[in-house]
Amino acid sequence: MKDLKHSQVEHNIEVAMGNLLRLGVILAASVVFVGGIFYLFKYGNTIPGFEHFSGEPSDLRNLPEIFSNAVSFHSRGIIQFGLILLIATPVARVIFAVAAFIYEKDYMYVVFSLIVLVILLCSLFG
Amino acid sequence: MDIRYAIGASLISVIATSSGAASAYVKEGYSNIRIGMFLEIATTIGAIFGAYLAGITPTNIIAIIFGIVLLYSAIITFITRNEKQLNNKNDKVAGALKLNGNYPTKNGLQSYSVQRVPQGFGIMFIAGSLSGLLGIGSGAVKVLAMDQVMKIPFKVSTTTSNFMIGVTAAASAGIYLTRGYIDPGLSLPVILGVLLGSIVGAKILTKAPTYWLKILFSVVIIVLAFEMIRNGFSGKI
Repeated sequence: MKDLKHSQVEHNIEVAMGNLLRLGVILAASVVFVGGIFYLFKYGNTIPGFEHFSGEPSDLRNLPEIFSNAVSFHSRGIIQFGLILLIATPVARVIFAVAAFIYEKDYMYVVFSLIVLVILLCSLFG
Repeated sequence: MDIRYAIGASLISVIATSSGAASAYVKEGYSNIRIGMFLEIATTIGAIFGAYLAGITPTNIIAIIFGIVLLYSAIITFITRNEKQLNNKNDKVAGALKLNGNYPTKNGLQSYSVQRVPQGFGIMFIAGSLSGLLGIGSGAVKVLAMDQVMKIPFKVSTTTSNFMIGVTAAASAGIYLTRGYIDPGLSLPVILGVLLGSIVGAKILTKAPTYWLKILFSVVIIVLAFEMIRNGFSGKI
């Protein structure tokens, strides 16, 4: 009986987490969409050149500069900011899991989730 | 198109698919957060390793590896997956890590015991590396580890691997972004297309003939795989 109740709590946590993720994706897509409208007005008539790899300029590569680009309504900055929101949704999922395992007093899994979180943050801020 | 731009945009589509589908998957109550979280330690470390490899591997080698992984994905589509795992002996490692669980069926809760955890963990590292190297979700490799090696029932492994795919892709996406492989102009149609496709697809899939879809899908993938391997060897990529 205790197990059944336990799995019910876990299920509710997962459903909440699923909804949170969907919200994150919708938010990210909206930001990308708005940026996309600006982008098409500005670059809609140019032919993209992806045959040769040159990499993105440095102001589209790190969080602070992307953010300052986005708030000053540079279209590429806004899209890039939306993409960061999208990348953040799985990160939010892991943070949510840390909280859920703390709530369940499952400290082994608090540690496991924190390890995953640290790896993710290292890659984002590397 | 340079394959590195394609890999960056592909990672974005993988995250959008995974996070977008999450709420539909968790409602059914099949996924196992503990299995997912434990194996993500392997996949995220693998993803960072793979993203590092992507920076030093010649693009034609990446294309050849990509082709081989595609061929493998086409083949695994046709491997029958067991719903019930008869092998229910208790595994010490799985027990200590609290990986065993249960899932709802028509006849009440069906419990399952996870097997061969270290091997599964190892394959997950490879799955993560391929994900970081190629910008894919590596769903097919994750299925190999979870279904065939760890003997997790397929409903649980399918939903749990969706959970893991997004987290794994986020680990490599961070590195691709800081390296300048993620282009806003290219990602724009990709993310909007994926979202539109997932909304339409979810409605069609319930009625579509799965068997013929599988065959159609595999044929397309096999053709792409050979094309990719050929281009890789002739150095066109």
